[in-house]
Amino acid sequence: MPNSKTLNTKRDFDVIIKGRSLWADAGHRLMRNKMAVVGMSILGFIILLSVIAPYLQMISPDLFPFTFDEVDWDNISTDPSFENHHYFGTDGNGRDLFIRTLYGGRISIMVGFVATLVSLVIGVTYGATAGFLGGKTDSFMMRFVDVLYSLPFMFFVIILMVFFGRNIFLIFIALGAVEWLDMARIVRGQTLSIKKKEFVEAAHAQGVSTYNILKRHIIPNTLGPVAVYITLTIPRVIMIESFLSFLGLGVQEPMASWGVLISEGSPEIETAWWRLIFPAIFLAFSLFSLNFIGDGIRDALDPKDR
Amino acid sequence: MLIYSLKRILGSIPTLLAIIVIAFFMMRLTPGGPFDTEQPLQPEIRENLMKAYHLDEPLYMQFKRYLFNVLQGDFGPSFKYKDWSVNDLIWMGFPVSLKLGLSAIGLAMFFGIFFGSLAALKQNTWIDYTVMGTAMVGITIPNFVVAPLLSLVLGVYFKLLPVSGWGDGDFSHVILPIISLALPQIAYIARLTRGSMIEVLRSNFIRTARAKGLSERLIVTRHALRAALLPVISYLGPATANIITGSVVIEKIFQIPGIGSHFVTGAINRDYTLVMGVVVFFGIIIILFNLFVDLLYGLLDPRVRYD
Repeated sequence: MPNSKTLNTKRDFDVIIKGRSLWADAGHRLMRNKMAVVGMSILGFIILLSVIAPYLQMISPDLFPFTFDEVDWDNISTDPSFENHHYFGTDGNGRDLFIRTLYGGRISIMVGFVATLVSLVIGVTYGATAGFLGGKTDSFMMRFVDVLYSLPFMFFVIILMVFFGRNIFLIFIALGAVEWLDMARIVRGQTLSIKKKEFVEAAHAQGVSTYNILKRHIIPNTLGPVAVYITLTIPRVIMIESFLSFLGLGVQEPMASWGVLISEGSPEIETAWWRLIFPAIFLAFSLFSLNFIGDGIRDALDPKDR
Repeated sequence: MLIYSLKRILGSIPTLLAIIVIAFFMMRLTPGGPFDTEQPLQPEIRENLMKAYHLDEPLYMQFKRYLFNVLQGDFGPSFKYKDWSVNDLIWMGFPVSLKLGLSAIGLAMFFGIFFGSLAALKQNTWIDYTVMGTAMVGITIPNFVVAPLLSLVLGVYFKLLPVSGWGDGDFSHVILPIISLALPQIAYIARLTRGSMIEVLRSNFIRTARAKGLSERLIVTRHALRAALLPVISYLGPATANIITGSVVIEKIFQIPGIGSHFVTGAINRDYTLVMGVVVFFGIIIILFNLFVDLLYGLLDPRVRYD
């Protein structure tokens, strides 16, 4: 009976949240936020598609007969059609846009996550160190962040991309190196308030080293705001990568990110609208979803902020 | 006030120095030089070129020379455009970029504040939801997607406006680039205004104004708006940086001969001096604008004291 089944799952859910830890509580609130749930579903779907993209041909050669760099000479720049299995049409070289868009997602999403991870590592280390050491070191380190903050960073990233070659690892590092400033400020603020707490003093009294206090006690307690900030950094990084790719400074052919596809598609928009629209839709929906998830997590962790 | 301004100006010198130092050393540490061509140049010619541009000197000498020249407002000769100095190129593009950027900021301020206040006054009605939903779209969809779409709809289908080019900067040519550049900023400013307006409308001095029996219109325009605008004013600094960055893309899409397009071609041509000159120039503009915003903030917010 369908009724008893839904009842059961509901009861299971109640059992899970009984622990009422901060994170379980937040997870429960997040699940009640409709926009965040819709965002997670859409993003999950896009990520799933991107992950299985290389195996689609293996799964069903009839439905997905093309690879991402294979030229279909009979269909150069044709519009979307189900008969020839080019669901999103083809580009000017006769490559299947559906598969290319999914591959683009692999790159864009990977850049988003890895570059955010880089910024996380730099920002958390820097911020926690500055906040924990305090005093002159802290004010010097934060002055340095202030100076960096007012630099036109986008331009330095562009210079970096042009002169060191367009290499995907450089993109990770460059974008991560740009985005760590906010993270450092947030973590520093948190650290300043946490280091005065009794449990840190107790650790000090027991002779725990500075490094271990940072690692064991300070950093884990800054995770809440950091988690919010991560979800808001990922879409920003994806957007910057697309921006670079649009200028022709991102990833290189035959690989493509969404930015590359959009850049190739936008001059052709009068004759081949599908080349801009499909990658743009994927990019926009991912950014949307990430923003809603970020807002949702923020509200979930800090309900009084609503 | 004067002392405060002087302090702020002195405070921005380290930032400017940092920009010059980073730009200079990043350029020089990169593999590949400005005279690397498909066919290698003859050694003598190469040597003469290096000598003419002082590239044969030790790095610190080059830096000293560059710093000294920049402080005198001279960005040096362009490496790729013979007979052009970087100053010439920048001043040629500047009026175009300035017109584009200032109009975009003006447009963004006007519509952003208007829609933001509207949403705040009609909080939790369909007007609020429409404005905030549209703002979300405006923030998430990058302007290199919006610009081609706009030019497709307005330029190609309805044939209302030219698809690209600058003309002489006449109205029909500038309108699409300005709108594409301003849209994300309109969205940001609308969100900011709504947030602060809602907060201000709940505050005590607004309740007092209501108790005095002022009309709703006067309360909003005379009292609430002025307080609600403060976060918007402090956003103007980042907004300038965003608009300058955005102008690089917009100038590329619409083929506008501004500084942004010089920057992109300069970067691709490895034109060291041009790229450095543009970065330093943009840096100076951003710093100046931030200074201006800080001073303006003090004028508008009586709680800020200059001491």
